[in-house]
Amino acid sequence: MSQQNGDVEMEDDMAGGAEQNGTENEDFLKEEQRLRLLPNSTTTAASFAFDKEDHTLGNALRYVIMKNPDVEFCGYSIPHPSEAVMNLRIQTWDGVSVYEVLRKGLEDLADLCDVVEDKFIAARDDFDASQPNGEAS
Amino acid sequence: MVVRRSNGDVVESFGSSREVTAPEHEITMTMNGPHQPTNPWAPLTPEQQEARKVVNVNAETVTNTAATDIPGHYGPEQDDSWNLERFRDNFRIDFHHNKPHDAAFSLVGCDASISNAFRRILLAEVPTLAIEDVFMFNNTSIIQDEVLSHRIGLIPLTGGEKGLRWLRWFRKKPPTDDFASQAAYDADGEPSTPSDYNTVVLELKVDCRWATEAEDGRDGKKLAKEGETDPNVRYVNSNVYARDFRFLPQGQQGTYFSGDDAIRPVNPDILIAKLRPGQKIHLQCHCIKGVGMDHAKFSPVATASYRLLPQITITSPILGADAKKFARCFPKGVIGLEPSDESDPDSEPKAVVKDPMKDTVSRECLRHDEFKGKVKLGRIRDHFIFSVESTGQLRSDELFLDSVRLLKAKTERFKRHLAEFEEGR
Repeated sequence: MSQQNGDVEMEDDMAGGAEQNGTENEDFLKEEQRLRLLPNSTTTAASFAFDKEDHTLGNALRYVIMKNPDVEFCGYSIPHPSEAVMNLRIQTWDGVSVYEVLRKGLEDLADLCDVVEDKFIAARDDFDASQPNGEAS
Repeated sequence: MVVRRSNGDVVESFGSSREVTAPEHEITMTMNGPHQPTNPWAPLTPEQQEARKVVNVNAETVTNTAATDIPGHYGPEQDDSWNLERFRDNFRIDFHHNKPHDAAFSLVGCDASISNAFRRILLAEVPTLAIEDVFMFNNTSIIQDEVLSHRIGLIPLTGGEKGLRWLRWFRKKPPTDDFASQAAYDADGEPSTPSDYNTVVLELKVDCRWATEAEDGRDGKKLAKEGETDPNVRYVNSNVYARDFRFLPQGQQGTYFSGDDAIRPVNPDILIAKLRPGQKIHLQCHCIKGVGMDHAKFSPVATASYRLLPQITITSPILGADAKKFARCFPKGVIGLEPSDESDPDSEPKAVVKDPMKDTVSRECLRHDEFKGKVKLGRIRDHFIFSVESTGQLRSDELFLDSVRLLKAKTERFKRHLAEFEEGR
């Protein structure tokens, strides 16, 4: 389904691979738009459709968006299991724009990932240094 | 809004809570329970903060299952909004073991939706290299081409990490009878042609024959006449193993996958087929990068799972023979026995919780009357004991890091899409 969803950036120029496989053209190709706004949405109550996404992003994003005090409601659904589409509904208080809320949600989730990555690397390096055989004492 | 006075009278109020003019010490909000007699909107006390982290495991039910760290759940003065600094301060990772094929660590202080995202990405979205196409030149074994191909496809491969990360997607044509994916495929872009940066070639060429004096130092046919029944003695190559695969480096692959970094099966001893003299298998495989959601053979992990840290609270002392029985209700090492009087080592033994992480939360202790009301079981909602078992292509800890980076890449991708979308609005 999303083998080509491109989350993994495999473009890597170190061995000059890019020149040989025509990615210099792909750089100019517009990335496929995978975010849609569903009908009857307003700036304070909108539903977004995320193509080729599932519970992985849906639930995580729902959680960080719900952490935003400007948000009255946030929920996600996968309308049909055989369609790779995830819908996200956001309703906000006091005229706050859903776009800002969605952007903040995505940024917060990215920040969270950075923290997890940093802490994971630190914890692993500490552990590896103290337990070279990989087993806890 | 229901307001209950301390004398038991219930006062109905339809305005906001701020309009209630009764002296604060006299009212109790039913909404917040009896624990906040003064200010109904006061932020949670540290004890309440701890309590909301616990999922109660009772004899027949599981209660307090939903996370409540959402702004507004406890009223305006409890700050549950997203705060990166607070997350950074509270979030913790503890390693339990870290071996290439098996890592275990605890993520403490994050929500289930986040840990679950990492787990799901590990299972289905971290790309790995696996055999995709099998070109059968000759197969006279009794195992059919398609069965053999499927079997070969499931063999976990490994090689130099740098090279594996250098490899790119191969855009494969979908099956002709799958119209939906055919349409999606036609809609975006050209198919890939196999080349050194997206396809790894392996060859399997095995020929079974009788053992001969000249080549093997034993005459299989003669031994057979004498009653030898072991095929390993009578024949040569009667078993085809994963180690018989030969890596054929293409183009630049030689620089990435040479020596110890060569593409090879993780487990050389996987039995692929059995042959008898005269039978042969000759095939070439094209290995490509793929993800677990397309086929389980691309999943980089054997398992990636988490469980919540069990919590055992002994609310009143369990002593003597009961303590021993209590310890037997749990796996070894969970409950320890200590003298009930610290100054007197010969005093009656007392059950203490030593290592809740080893517990399986079997609830056995809740079945016995002697422990009724003396023990509470639970799980810590934000303490995830992760276990990642790699199939061997990448290290387990690196896989988890990949999953974190992948979730971040998803958010960045949709940030771009949102910006694009707003421009076109």
